[in-house]
Amino acid sequence: MMSLESIPIQAFLIVSSALFCIGIWGLLNSRNAVRVLMSIELMLNAVNINLMAFSSYVDNNLIQGQVFTIFVITVAAAEAAVGLAILLSLYRNRVTVDMESFNLLKW
Amino acid sequence: MSIAITTQIICFTVLSLVIIIGALGVVLLESIVYSAFLLGGVFMSVAGLYLLLNASFVAAAQVLVYVGAVNVLIIFAIMLVNKKEDLKPINDIKSRRIISTSICLTLLSLLIRVDLTNVWSLSSPQNSIGEESTIRIGEHLFSDYLLPFEVASVLLLMAMIGAIVLARRDVMSKDISTGLPVDQELIEKSSEPLLTNKN
Repeated sequence: MMSLESIPIQAFLIVSSALFCIGIWGLLNSRNAVRVLMSIELMLNAVNINLMAFSSYVDNNLIQGQVFTIFVITVAAAEAAVGLAILLSLYRNRVTVDMESFNLLKW
Repeated sequence: MSIAITTQIICFTVLSLVIIIGALGVVLLESIVYSAFLLGGVFMSVAGLYLLLNASFVAAAQVLVYVGAVNVLIIFAIMLVNKKEDLKPINDIKSRRIISTSICLTLLSLLIRVDLTNVWSLSSPQNSIGEESTIRIGEHLFSDYLLPFEVASVLLLMAMIGAIVLARRDVMSKDISTGLPVDQELIEKSSEPLLTNKN
């Protein structure tokens, strides 16, 4: 095995792919609405790892990927705040957090 | 990067294992409280990966925003809605699980195949700016990314107002300081829970 100079970028990409797929699985299979929000945060983190890896390996002088990561973190924080507020409002109306019982939009 | 390559590989392996196992715990554990704390561990490990990639500012932002704000917010939400309830059984839960798991595994294999077979045109590491990345991020934010930066501030303001309006509950009929009647158009009226007895 040849000696490495640094960690290959593929390692970071595989970790982020796995994290993203775990997030999708949780998003599809969770019945607790809070866990759905957590899965979304996992997926956003996977995207951030991707952006940071490419920023460091492909664009390590201008590091525009890091700026994008900052923006993604900002949007994720706003999303978490609004998502949890909607969840509280839903809980007040339905007295449950079960995703299967949120059928207010079903006609 | 001044750390020896062996140390880097060891750190990367440990952090990756913590991320993957922690994420699996987040989606698979029964107790939602354990999931929330494991989520904090995953966020910290992701910040460690950022440190391995020479991005100290983003790592600090990750710890501050995700662990300090988002995770605490999630734990507060769990505290507010944590009621023991017996979930209704679903008829076709097994087929759902099979389909979603196969979709996720297919997507994972597709992504890993792309990761491994594509030839990435990587730049030479001599150009790396390393510790000056914080200065460079500041330059970006106030020159070519100025408009997204300002729009992000508007977005945060909108999210703050929206979260307050959505989550507030008790409404006083009179303003405390002035004694005038409160404009309640934006405010949720106190009412009976909707549709609780439907099916």
